[in-house]
Amino acid sequence: MSEGPRDVAIVAFAQSDHRRRTDELSEVEMVMPVLHEVLDAAGLTTADIGFTCSGSSDYLAGRAFSFTMTLDGVGAWPPISESHVETDGAWALYEAWVKLLTGEVDTALVYAYGKSSPGSVRDVLTRQLDPYYTAPLWPDSVALAALQAQALIDAGDTDETALAAIAGRSRKDAAANPHAQLPGARPQGDHVVAPLRTGDCPPIGDGAAAVVLAAGDRARELCARPAWITGMDHRVEAHALGVRDLTDSPSTRLAAERAGAFDPTAARPLDTAELHAPFTSQEVVLRKALGLGDDVRINPSGGALAANPLMAAGLIRLGEAAARIHRGESHRALAHATSGPCLQQNLVAVLEADPRA
Amino acid sequence: MPADPDVLRAPLVVSFPFTRSLGPVQSAFLTGLRERTVLGVRTEAGTVLVPPVEYDPETAAELRGLVEVGTTGTVTTWAWNPEPRPGQPLTTPFAWVLVRLDGAGTALLHALDAPGPDHVRTGLRVRIRWAAERHGAITDIACFEPCDDTADGAENPEPRAHDGVFTDPVTGIVAPARLDYTYTPGRAQTAWLDALAERRTVGERCPSCTQVYVPPRGACPTCGVATTERVEVGPRGTVTTYCVVNIKAKNLDIDVPYVYAHIALDGAGLALHGRIAGIPYDQVRMGLRVEPVWTDGARYPDHYRPSGEPDADYDTYKELL
Repeated sequence: MSEGPRDVAIVAFAQSDHRRRTDELSEVEMVMPVLHEVLDAAGLTTADIGFTCSGSSDYLAGRAFSFTMTLDGVGAWPPISESHVETDGAWALYEAWVKLLTGEVDTALVYAYGKSSPGSVRDVLTRQLDPYYTAPLWPDSVALAALQAQALIDAGDTDETALAAIAGRSRKDAAANPHAQLPGARPQGDHVVAPLRTGDCPPIGDGAAAVVLAAGDRARELCARPAWITGMDHRVEAHALGVRDLTDSPSTRLAAERAGAFDPTAARPLDTAELHAPFTSQEVVLRKALGLGDDVRINPSGGALAANPLMAAGLIRLGEAAARIHRGESHRALAHATSGPCLQQNLVAVLEADPRA
Repeated sequence: MPADPDVLRAPLVVSFPFTRSLGPVQSAFLTGLRERTVLGVRTEAGTVLVPPVEYDPETAAELRGLVEVGTTGTVTTWAWNPEPRPGQPLTTPFAWVLVRLDGAGTALLHALDAPGPDHVRTGLRVRIRWAAERHGAITDIACFEPCDDTADGAENPEPRAHDGVFTDPVTGIVAPARLDYTYTPGRAQTAWLDALAERRTVGERCPSCTQVYVPPRGACPTCGVATTERVEVGPRGTVTTYCVVNIKAKNLDIDVPYVYAHIALDGAGLALHGRIAGIPYDQVRMGLRVEPVWTDGARYPDHYRPSGEPDADYDTYKELL
């Protein structure tokens, strides 16, 4: 084991068309086409996959162990090596990456899905808050994001006009994304919880995403231009909102640093960043925390403001960044995923094309 | 968005009393609220955390040094909530606020009762409005309300040490949680439920391995492909295995002992479960041929009874155990 870690890449990415509701589909019916698409793209079958990992949440489905139902979509007989994270699939990708780094397997399938339509997402998300001091007050997800937005405005980091510009840019870019739920410009609308307006908030919808990871030469066989994961890290901050400086995201900065995003010896500069910022104000926090300049293309996919299927939206950021490398539109990209209120948990990956490719 | 009239839907309520025990610090804080006293905890670095935690969020050091802080404070950030949602502290429009109470180094999340957003700003001085009835919960603070004083003239500018001892301390909380969903079963299960309404049972065949799944879930768990060919199975079937239940379940209107069995409906690739009746419990056996018995208005067969056919040969159901 003196050779150092193996090279691991994202070699394929697929996602559903994200929609406000998918009443006619069960979770597995929604996920399965995405699984087939990503496997087809990699030229693999489920029998070829060394490790499968998924991300989802029982609280969206309103059922215990709901992820076991979608396992039907991957063909779990003969027995497969499988795991699940009860959060965004970006963290499932992290687990799969570690599994590949150990050398135990050469390929991994990662998928994530969320049907938000059966419940009231703003209320459902209150159940992830601390149960002693916060959850009994039922502060919904928009309210908590709005507190962060006001803190940013008070600090002089942004204003409502700048937030509207982020919303406008994201949805304009999403017009080129056939999977987006909100493609194209739309009015900012009224305050949902001031200072956040309708346009500052993500759509609520159902959707799924999947990626295939492969190591070393296997990745080169499966993909003409693999998106190599040169670093990945995730960090968490204090749960209590009142302890944190809501205008900053030190966990994102540290994760990015550990992932090598700021490596001064990197052959190429970052050219793309897919940031998981469901609210416009969170993009302000992330840009500041990461020190991203105007030379970095932010969320060319439209980001979470254009489609935010819970538990999949973070994995989609990694997938979109990788797909941009696959298509030759990026050489070095940063992908970020978040979970929890006001950017509590953050994951950052750095993806690169082969230096020669 | 208009709902598709063909999609089955039903309300699904997930409701549970979130029962939690409290550690010494949380117990003191919540009991203190009941007594109109706000406690914080001092970190090694000297910061007073309100609400208090048992371990330092920065160093993970155990924290036990309780202090009493003021019941007035300063808004550190806020957000105007024009449409309160169920369970939130106020039913009229209000501001969510983070409030740093006088003497505290961190902020507490709660609601501020104010006439409108023009009356709220960061830096606003506020005070606690206590709930009329207090039980030892964060909701013992009904909300905050604006107050006229300045931080300089505050009643309790410096936190004072507090032993955290109260008579009859609160040691646990019950935080009720209720989430309302509308469940839609998807394509495959909808077809199954629709057929059951006509007292038929349908499965779906896997195009790859030809196994027939009942009830269908839309996918073959072995092959990982969609199952789309609909197949009617039953109504008769074979008992593949069974158990005798001797303990009466709460609210169950069935006399014990009774038999609970796996039943392979004719044409199905796996067994369903159901109750066997119409035969003494000790005469149920593997291979027994059974048929469903429906009751009026029921969505499922109430039970299965012997069909009168000869027992099935073991080889015909041995793969379905």
